[in-house]
Amino acid sequence: MPMSTQTTVFRTVDLTKTYQMGEVQVRALRGVNLELIEGEFVVLLGASGSGKSTLLNILGGLDTPTSGKVLYLDTDLTASDDAELTRYRRDHVGFVFQFYNLIPSLTAKENIELITEIAVSPLDSMDALEIVGLRERANHFPAQLSGGEQQRVAIARAIAKNPKVLLCDEPTGALDVHTGIVVLEAIARINRELGTTTAVITHNASIANMADRVIALSDGQIASVTDNPSKVTARDLQW
Amino acid sequence: MLKLDRKLIRDLIQLRGQAAAIGLVITAGVATFVMSMCAYRSLEATRQSFYDEYLFADVFSTTVRTPDAIIPRLKEIPGVAAVDTRLVYDVLLDVPEMSEPATARLISIPDSGQSRLNQVYIARGRMLDPLRTGEVVVSEVFADAHGFVPGDQVRAIINGKVQELSIVGIALSPEYVIQVQPGTILPDDKRFGIFWVSENDLEAAFDMAGAFNSVSLRLAYGNHVATTVDVLDRLLIPYGSVGGHTRDEQISHQYLSDELAQLRGMAIWAPAIFLGVAAFLLNIAISRIITQQREQIAALKAFGYSNFDIGAHYFNLVLIISMIGTTLGIGIGFLLGDAMVGAYDAFYKFPSLEFRPDWLSVAVAFLLTTLTSLIGTYLAVRSAVLLPPAEAMRPEPPPSYRPSLIERLLPPRSLSPEVRMVIRNITRRPIKASLSVVGISMAVAVMIVGNFSLDAMNYMMDFQFRLAQRQDLTVTFVEPATESVMYEVQNLDGVLASETMRSIPTRIRFQNRSRRVGVMGVEPDASLFRLLDADEKTVRVPDFGIMLNTKLAEILGVRIGDLVIVEVLEDKRPTLTIEVAALVEEYSGVNAYMNKQRLHEALQESNVASGAFLKVDANRIETVFAELQRRPGVGSVSIKDAAMKSFEKTVAENIMVMRSFIVVFAGVIAIGVVYNTARISLSERSRDLATMRVVGFTNGEVSIVLLGEIAAFTIAAIPLGWMIGYALAGLMTAGLDTDNYRIPLVIERGTFVMAAFVVIAATTVSAWVVQRRVTELDLIGVLKTRE
Repeated sequence: MPMSTQTTVFRTVDLTKTYQMGEVQVRALRGVNLELIEGEFVVLLGASGSGKSTLLNILGGLDTPTSGKVLYLDTDLTASDDAELTRYRRDHVGFVFQFYNLIPSLTAKENIELITEIAVSPLDSMDALEIVGLRERANHFPAQLSGGEQQRVAIARAIAKNPKVLLCDEPTGALDVHTGIVVLEAIARINRELGTTTAVITHNASIANMADRVIALSDGQIASVTDNPSKVTARDLQW
Repeated sequence: MLKLDRKLIRDLIQLRGQAAAIGLVITAGVATFVMSMCAYRSLEATRQSFYDEYLFADVFSTTVRTPDAIIPRLKEIPGVAAVDTRLVYDVLLDVPEMSEPATARLISIPDSGQSRLNQVYIARGRMLDPLRTGEVVVSEVFADAHGFVPGDQVRAIINGKVQELSIVGIALSPEYVIQVQPGTILPDDKRFGIFWVSENDLEAAFDMAGAFNSVSLRLAYGNHVATTVDVLDRLLIPYGSVGGHTRDEQISHQYLSDELAQLRGMAIWAPAIFLGVAAFLLNIAISRIITQQREQIAALKAFGYSNFDIGAHYFNLVLIISMIGTTLGIGIGFLLGDAMVGAYDAFYKFPSLEFRPDWLSVAVAFLLTTLTSLIGTYLAVRSAVLLPPAEAMRPEPPPSYRPSLIERLLPPRSLSPEVRMVIRNITRRPIKASLSVVGISMAVAVMIVGNFSLDAMNYMMDFQFRLAQRQDLTVTFVEPATESVMYEVQNLDGVLASETMRSIPTRIRFQNRSRRVGVMGVEPDASLFRLLDADEKTVRVPDFGIMLNTKLAEILGVRIGDLVIVEVLEDKRPTLTIEVAALVEEYSGVNAYMNKQRLHEALQESNVASGAFLKVDANRIETVFAELQRRPGVGSVSIKDAAMKSFEKTVAENIMVMRSFIVVFAGVIAIGVVYNTARISLSERSRDLATMRVVGFTNGEVSIVLLGEIAAFTIAAIPLGWMIGYALAGLMTAGLDTDNYRIPLVIERGTFVMAAFVVIAATTVSAWVVQRRVTELDLIGVLKTRE
C-alpha cells in the first residue's frame, strides 16, 4: 500500500460504467475503487473486455462513469462539465492509443505540434521526438513510418505537452515483440526521467514486470493489486 | 500556420474531386445570381438615367385634334411639372427594296429644336433644322435595319401624298427604348420606325396648325398619377381622347419592366436550386469525412482540443469550398452579366448601356452561400462535436442491416448477393437515398426549366399565328371603311379569302376595376381570325355578349355571366352594359371581342370596318401588298410571316445561348451529385469491395455493388425530376405572366427526353471515373487497415 505522504493523483470510488454498443448493452465496470500515486508506473492488466480501456478513458476524462466518483488531485472529474474535462485533458493528460491515432495528413513533427500549439508549457517538438529516438523521422508522414515508429511518434505527441499523467491503452497491442520493447522503453524513460505518472493498459502479463504496481481487472472489477518491488527494464521482459 | 489548419488544407487536397464538384454547383448558383443582379442593376440604372436626362413623361394621352388654347389648362393640372404637346401620325413608307410594308411613326419636333418631354438623343448626324422642310431624324434600329445613314432619302406616304424626306440624324428616345408597333407584340426593326420631323411640316401635311393630337405630362415628384390621368381625361375627352395612361401602359416601358421582373425572378429561383443541391452535397461529403476521421477526432479531443475547435475545423473545410465556389461564381457572374448586358444592347436602345457590377449582390452571394453551407452541414458537424471521445476510440459498430421489404416479398435466393447488397444499402438509409435522388432530379428539373421556354415560345407562336390567326395580311384602314372599300380590297387579284373586323377603343369596367381595351367586332363564322380556348378549340362568337381573353378576365376579376360596363372612347361615346358570354385564350395582350354586327348596332353605325384579314395566294403577296399600299384609305398592312420570322430569329438566338448555359449547369449538378454519391459509396464500402475481390468476385461484379446504387438513384430521379421541372416551369410561367404576353405551360416530349439524356450522360461519366478506382483497390492494404 502506498504511503500517505505521497500525493494521490487519482482516486476512484465505486466506479461503474454501462454502455450501448450497437444493439448490445455492455457492463464494462462494476464498482472499481483504486488510487494512483504521483510518479508511479502502474500496469492495468486484464483480458480483452475486462473493462480496462473504459477505466483508462474515464481517468483521462474521455468518458464519464455511469455512477461513482473520480478524483484527480482535488478535482472531482465526475462533477466536471464537458468544457472542464476538455481543459483537464488539454493541461494534464497525455494519451497513447493502441492504433496510434495520428493524423495521417500531418507529418510526425506536425502531429506533435498539433498538441504543443494548445499546451501551456510544452516541450519542443524536436526534443519530444528525440526522447523517442525519432528525430530524423520528423518530416515523415504516418504512412511512411512503421507501426513502432508511429507509436513512438504518438508517445512523443503525448508527452510533448509535458503532462502530469500519461495514459497508454495497449501501446504495444499492434506491434511485434521487438518494436513493442522499443516503445515500452520510451514510456519507461519518460516515467523515470520526467516523473510523469504513467498508467499502461495491457493484456500481456509479462509487461507487468516493468511496473511499480500491477492492478488486475477482470469482468469490470479489480481482481488484485500487486506491488512489484523488483521492476525490470523493458529490454529484460520475457514474452 | 496552425497544424490543425495544415490538416485542413491536406484534407481538402485529398478531397479535391468532390470539393471541385460541390464548388462548381455553388459557382453555377452564384454565377446565375450575380449575372441576373448585375444585369438588373445595369438595365435599371441605365433606364433611370435615360428617363431622367431625356425627360421621359409620366402620363400620355392621344386625341384627334385639340386646340393649343387648352395648353395653359393642362399646365394647371395639380402636380404637373411639364407639358409637351405634339403631332403623332403613323404613315406607310415606300422603301424601294422592301417588298414588305414598313410603318413610320411621325413625331413632331417644335421650332425650338427639341421636345419639352421625351427628348431625342442624337446618336449620329444632327438634329433636324425645324425651319427647313423635308428633314427627318430616324430611330437607330430602323436606320440600322435598312442601312440608312444621314444624307439618305426615304419616301413616306403622308396623308395620301408621297413625300421625299432626307435623313439628317439617327436618334434614340426614352419613349422607344424598344420599338414595338402598337397592335403587335414583337419588335420588328425593319417594319416599324420612329421618324422625328418638324412640327411645321406635320401641321401642313395634316392641316393641324394650332392644334395637337398627342400630349405627355411629367409630374412633380410624389404626385398621384391616377388622379392626374382622370383630370387629363376630363379635359381631353371632348377632343377625342381615348383616355390617358401612365408609364405602366407605355409599351417600351412595359417591356423593360417585364425584363427586369424576369431578371429578378431568375435571381431567386436559380440560387435556390443550386444552393439547395450544394447544401445536400456538402452534407454527405462532410458526414463521410467525419465518419472516416472518427479516430482522429477522438485523438484531438483526448489531447484537449475543444468541441469548438473541432466544430470550427470542419466548418472551415466547408467554408473554404464554399468561398472558392462563390468567388469563382462571382467572377463568372460578372462575365455572364457583361455578356447579357451586351445582348440587351441589341434589343434595348440606350445612349449607352454599360455593365455595372452590383456589389450588393456580391455581398449577398457570400452571405447566402455561407449560410447555406453552414446550415447544410450543421448536423454532420454537430455529430463530430458531440462525438464522445471514448466512443470514438472504439471502432464503429457494424451498421445494422435488415433484409429489405423487396427481398422478403421475392422468393429466397432470387436475387444475387450483389443486388441484395445494393438494395440493403439503399433501404438502410432511406433519407440519404431520397436526398440523392432529389439531388439528381434537380439536374433533370434544371434542364426542363431551362429549355421549356423555347417549347412554350414555339407553342405560343403556333397557337397565335398558325391556329388562331390564319390570315396572311392584316390591313387597317385610316378611317372606318365602307362596304365599297371593303369590297375593293377583298376582290384584289390574289386575295383568296377575307374577313373584316371593327375595332374600337374602350374602357371596360367591372366593380372597382377597369382597363383600357380595344374591343374587336369579328365575324361569327370566321375562318381566318379565329378565337380559341386553351384546348385549341374554336370558341363560337355568340350572338350577344362580349368575349374577353383570360388575362383581361383575370385583371377585371370577371367570370362568364358577369355584366361589364363598356365605355366606348370614340365618336358618340356610348356606355354599354354587356354580359360576358365567353372567355378566349390568347398569349399576348389584353383584348375583348364581340359579334361584329352587334357591335355596329351598339354603336348605331352602318356596316363599316377598321381593318381586314386577308388570305393571299402565296405567289402574289407582294403584288397584293403593293396594290394595298397605293390606296390612300389603307393605314397599315402587316405580313404575318415576316413578323413571325423576324421574331423567331431574335428570340431563338437568345434562347440558344441561355440553353447552352443551362445544359452546362444541369451537367454540373448531375455530376456533382452522382460523383459525390459514388465516391462516398466507394469509400464507405472499399473494405467490403476489397473483401469481395479477395474471395473471388470479379471487378465487374464488384462494380455492380458500387454502381447499382447510382443507377437506381438515377432511374428514380428522372421521373421525379420531370415532375419537379414541370412544377418549376409552372411557377416560372406564373411569374412571367404580364399584360404583354403570357407563357403557356407547354413542355415538349423532346425536352423531357433531352433532360433525361443529359443526366444519364453525366451519371455515366462520373460513374466511370469512380468505377476505375475499383480496379485500383489495394486488396491487401485495404484489409489490413482498421476501419
